[in-house]
Parts: sequence; structure tokens; C-alpha cells
Amino acid sequence: MLPNMLLQQLPVADWVESITNWLTNTLSGLFGFIQTVGQGLMDWMTNYLTWINPFVMIAIVVIGAFFISGRKLGLATFSLIGLLFVLNQDLWSDLMSTFTLVLISSLVSVVIGVPLGIWSSKSDRAQAVITPILDFMQTMPGFVYLIPAVAFFGIGVVPGVFSSVIFALPPTVRMTNLGIRQVPEELVEAAESFGSTGSQRLFKLDLPLAKNTIMAGINQTIMLSLSMVVMSSMIGAPGLGRGVLSAVQRAQVGTGFVNGISLVILAIIIDRYTQNINRLMSAESKAIDKDAKLKQMKVRRGVLIGSIVVIVVSAIVQAVMG
Amino acid sequence: MPVVEVKNLTKVFGRKTKAALEMVKDKKSKNEILRKTGSTVGVYDASFKVEKGEIFVIMGLSGSGKSTLIRLINRLIEPTDGSVMVDGDDIAKVDKDKLREIRRTKMSMVFQNFGLFPNRTILENTAYGLEIRGVEKEERNKRAGEALKNLHLYDFKDQLPSQLSGGMQQRVGLARALANDPEVLLMDEAFSALDPLIRKEMQDELLELQQKLQKTIIFITHDLNEALRLGDRITIMRDGQIQQIGTGEEILTTPANDYVKTFVQDVDYSRVLTAQNIMEPASLLNIQAEGPNIALRRMKHDKISMLLAVDRERKLQGVITAEAARDAKNTGKDLVDYLDTSIPTIAKDTTVNDIFNIIYDAKTPVAVTENGKVLGVVIRGSVIEALADEDAESIDTNDIVDVQPEKGDK
Ligand SMILES: Nc1ncnc2c1ncn2[C@@H]1O[C@H](COP(=O)(O)OP(=O)(O)O)[C@@H](O)[C@H]1O
Ligand SMILES: [Mg+2]
Repeated sequence: MLPNMLLQQLPVADWVESITNWLTNTLSGLFGFIQTVGQGLMDWMTNYLTWINPFVMIAIVVIGAFFISGRKLGLATFSLIGLLFVLNQDLWSDLMSTFTLVLISSLVSVVIGVPLGIWSSKSDRAQAVITPILDFMQTMPGFVYLIPAVAFFGIGVVPGVFSSVIFALPPTVRMTNLGIRQVPEELVEAAESFGSTGSQRLFKLDLPLAKNTIMAGINQTIMLSLSMVVMSSMIGAPGLGRGVLSAVQRAQVGTGFVNGISLVILAIIIDRYTQNINRLMSAESKAIDKDAKLKQMKVRRGVLIGSIVVIVVSAIVQAVMG
Repeated sequence: MPVVEVKNLTKVFGRKTKAALEMVKDKKSKNEILRKTGSTVGVYDASFKVEKGEIFVIMGLSGSGKSTLIRLINRLIEPTDGSVMVDGDDIAKVDKDKLREIRRTKMSMVFQNFGLFPNRTILENTAYGLEIRGVEKEERNKRAGEALKNLHLYDFKDQLPSQLSGGMQQRVGLARALANDPEVLLMDEAFSALDPLIRKEMQDELLELQQKLQKTIIFITHDLNEALRLGDRITIMRDGQIQQIGTGEEILTTPANDYVKTFVQDVDYSRVLTAQNIMEPASLLNIQAEGPNIALRRMKHDKISMLLAVDRERKLQGVITAEAARDAKNTGKDLVDYLDTSIPTIAKDTTVNDIFNIIYDAKTPVAVTENGKVLGVVIRGSVIEALADEDAESIDTNDIVDVQPEKGDK
């Protein structure tokens, strides 16, 4: 048996292939549906984002940056210069495509990842199964996921999201699990001793206390899905990655650089945004007294409502002007 | 009829329960059992009844199984064997829904490190039990507010736990448990993390509340003095097994075995040790120069609730409590008007035995003075420790030693 095994190559590649084929055939209806709906959704979003006047968009991002960073100028200035640069390089619609791709894949990752994290924090057995899978997912080079993605969904933006999700999922799952497991034993006992149900414990104790850790995981997930964008362009996902890819293929250093820099600008803005939002959220729960808390919440609500109004007004103005 | 009846309650941590139990029956030591079976006997064959309105104290050294026992009573830990009857239900056997209902309505727990939810305000913490029972917000805030008023905490209701001192946090813990209006209160070393003065205050407060509320309280401590002060009856545990159950008097006068005897015996070092051996530096307030704000800040900094008031010569004038300082601050009157002059004083060579008699019922610590000048203070914890400490021989009676109060066994 043993010599036999050494002599004969195990047909692992064949197995994986036939499993993938089987999945593709059996679930082709489902995959087709996801492909159509997903494509439609993302086209709509990109179209909407590109339809908004870039200057209005930049203004919103810059003002938002000013307020969420605690009225400091750093992030606002950076966003202003960075986004104007992207616009100047005529990469605006690529930027919006990339942003859509990152946003959707991060959302999907969070929607899948947080519940998975919760599950593995509640069950040692689930954790024992999920952890090695996550390890596997993270060590596998990202572009390997492109292959099944293409098999399932063909080419385009949906397989891009699919592979980004697989690639970017692990930190959210891990950090959710960790955050919940780190809730102090005595607090768990307190919640239990008063007769909390599972979901009461989850929503009143676990998630609020794990919030910061979970947010750190989500931040990492967003960054990972951004890094997957370039690779997704190999299977036809639109956006800045495509520019980088074609620059690489044609050895155009300049174009590659400009596209790459635009990606970096997007990455930094998203990263700082999520970090600041995270900080604000935890500051809210630690606010010294109710007055300060209320005031803070009012200001933030004001900013939010303000930006929505700006978007709507600009949309109307644009529609009227034709 | 007893409110809580524990029968043959046993908990073995680990896999080889049967083997471990066989070995306990053969009177093998805990260590040996752990080595042979890999299992720890947390509690073995505990039986007792607690009557309505009683404070039942469970006492023992660290690791003797106190926390395990109290957690078997509300089944935070699953029992290996035995039963816990509360109002006709066997907690060890009821299903999940019934257990939850019992926890929600019949018993509440107070924790050693307070177990307050850091993200919730004092009021939200206090209302937690009511909230998860589905009591309407207005109603539960009203009831939680009442509980907070009972413990003089209402003014802090919108603060977060981290903004309160340890003593106040534990009062919140108590308020949270009482807001539920349970029949049974389970208190696991509830006062052990507090410094001795606050601890005594809390003991007094608990006794006062108990007179009003007549709850059935199971109280855990590793402090003999606390047990004697609070307990209507006391259980002494060792290695998971109950050694004796009785009133404080019975335990002191007729110990059931040698272990209990050594546990409770009054060591005669009390005659040798004097005030200067066990006194601690006093937190002073110069009443001629310093006002209520300084007083409050100093108390907060030193984590104590009263200061010795002295004049410029360091001569003792009385005591300023936190309440007094707060009142003075609010009314704007002179602190001197709030001076409590009833503080007992002793000389530095008063023996521990004599101090004990003075301090036992004193509300304040005792000041050690010489020609009217403050040398230090003696707090109850140190006296008790000096009286109970088996290793008191090691104390060099010529030196002033800093006897740290016990800070809990975790
Ligand atoms: N979850 C657990 N797993 C294993 N052993 C435990 C566990 N909890 C407590 N023990 C053991 O049970 C014994 C009693 O512990 P405990 O009830 O915490 O004592 P106490 O509260 O009196 O200090 C100790 O030897 C402790 O190590
Ligand atoms: Mg304990």
C-alpha cells in the first residue's frame, strides 16, 4: 500500500475539479441568479455614485472627514488633495467601481463573518472546525480563489466579490470570536445569574463589550478586500485594479503608478474613516455624563442629516439641469 | 419551612467523577485525588437548610469550595450529584426555562468583583434583572431607582461603574440584586475586595437592610470576623466538605473538630501585640486650613471614607466623614460644624486584646495618640487579623509593622 502511494500520484487536483464542476452544474441556477442580481445591484450603485457630481462627493467626504476626526484638518486635507488628484487623472469612475466592489464585499464579509464569529465563540466544537478553515483560507494565495469564482459565476464583478469575501472574511470571524470570548467571566456569570436568555446575553453583554475588537476585525477585512481588488481585475472586475493590471501587462510604469497611487489614496481614506468611526462609537459609550453624550450624538446626527440633504439636493439640481 | 434546602450536593470538576468520589470516601486528600484521577472535588456531600430571613454564612479558606457551592445553588455550575430545593423545585433537575424563571424571580447574586456591566449606567445596571424580565422601561427605572435610593446611590444613577469607588460599586451590585426583589440573595465574598473601613460600613448597611427586608441571604466570606458579625449561622468548609454548621457562639465555644478549633481559636498573641504594631498611617485633614473639597479629594485618592481632623499641631479634633464633607460643601458651612468628635483614642501601648473591645462596636477606626497628637490609626481588619493570625509569632513586637488588610482570595 505504502509503496503504491509513493509511486502513484494522488489525483487531488482532479477531485477538486470534479467537486467544483459538480457544484457548478448542480447549483448553476442559484449561481446564475446571484450573478444577475449582484451584477445589477453593483452596476446600479456604481452608476449612482458616478452620477453624483464628483465635486459634491469630494465635499461630502472632506466635511465628513473633518467632523469624524474630531475637527482636525489632517484627514480632511488628505482626502481633498487625494480625491482631486484621482479626478484630475480621469480615474474617477474607476475609483467609484472599486469603492463599490470594496463596500459590497466588506458588507457581505461582515454579514457572514460576524455570525460565524459569534457561533464559534459560543461553541468550542464550532471553533475547532472553523479556526483551521480560516487558517487555510488566509494562507492560500488570494488569486487561487479566482478560479472557482470564475467557474461559478463566469467573469465580472460578482466573482470578484466572491473571491474578495473568501479572502477577507477571516479577520472578522476571528476578532468577533476573540472579542466575545474575552468578556470577563464574572460578567457572564452576572448576566446568567439574572436569568438572561442566550440572545439577551448576546445583545446586552457580549456584542457591546466585544464591539471594539469586532470593529478592529472589520477594519482588517475592509483592507484585505481592497487588496483583493487588483487580483479581481484579472477576472474582469472593473475599477482601479484593471488599470494596474493592464499597466503591468504592457509594462507601462507611469499608468501603473497613477492607478496604484489612487488605490492607496482610497485605502487610506477608508482605513482612517473606519478607525475614526470606531473611536467615536467607543467614545460614545464612555462619555462622561449624559449631557456630553447627548450633545455629541446631536452633532453627529446633524452631520449625517446634513450630508444626506446635500446628496439629495445635488441629485435634484443635476436632474433639473439635465 | 426552609427557603433553601441543600441535600448531598456534590461537584467534581473533571472526567473521572466516579473514581474521584470513591477516593473521597476513602478520605484521600484533594491533591492525591487530583494526581490520580485528574479531577478536583469542588464540593462533596454538602447538606444544610436555610430558613427565611436568615443570614447563612459559608466560610473557609481559599479553595475550600465556597464559590463552587454557592454557584451550585443557582446552577451557574452543574452539580454532579445531590439536590437544591427552592420553593418545592429541585434546581438541580429543573429544565432551562424553569431555571431561568427561578433565577429571574427567586434569587439574585452579588459578586466579589461587583460584576457590573461597564457599558451601562448605574441605573441601567440596577434595572438589568427587570429589563430582561420584560418589565416596561418606566416601571423598571422606577423600581431600580427605589433600590438605588435604599442604598443612597440615586444621585449617581447616570454615571458609569468605572466612575465610582469600589464600595459604591458594590452597593450598586447589591442594589441590582435587590431591585429584582428576590427571596434569596447569594453573596460570594461580596465585601472581600473592599478595604476594611468600607467593608465594615457595608456590613452595617447589609444588616440594616436585612432588618427591613428580611431576605434569605447566603453569604460567603473567608473572614472569621465578617462571618461572626453577619451570620445567624455559620458553616465552616474545608476541601469541599462541611466541617461544622452552627451559630457563631457554637462555633467558637464547641468547635466540632481540630480543624475548626484552629480556625477559630483566639491566639494569645493579643496580649503581646500593641497598637503600635498594628497601626497604619492615618489620612489627616488640617481642619484649620483645609476645606471640604480637599477632604473629598483626599478621601477619593486614599480610597477611604473618612479622615482624621487635626489642628496645626497635629492634635486630634475628630473625624470628618465623606458625607459630612459633602454636606459641608453643599451648604457652604464650615467643616468644623460637621466634626464628629466621638472617635475613640488609645495609647500606642494598648494591647490588641483591649483594642478589640474598644473597636468592636466603634463606627470609626481608633486613633492612636500621644499627648493628643495623632500617631496613626488602627482599623478593625488589622485587629482581627492580629487575633486570628496563626503566624503571629513572626511579628516582631518591637517594630511597627504594616499589616495589610486581606484583599480577597482571588
Ligand atoms: N471550573 C473549574 N474547573 C476545575 N476546578 C475548579 C473549577 N472551579 C473551581 N475549581 C476547583 O475547585 C476547588 C474549589 O474552588 P472554589 O469553589 O473557587 O473555592 P473558594 O471559593 O472557596 O476559594 C478549588 O480547588 C478549585 O481549584
Ligand atoms: Mg471563591
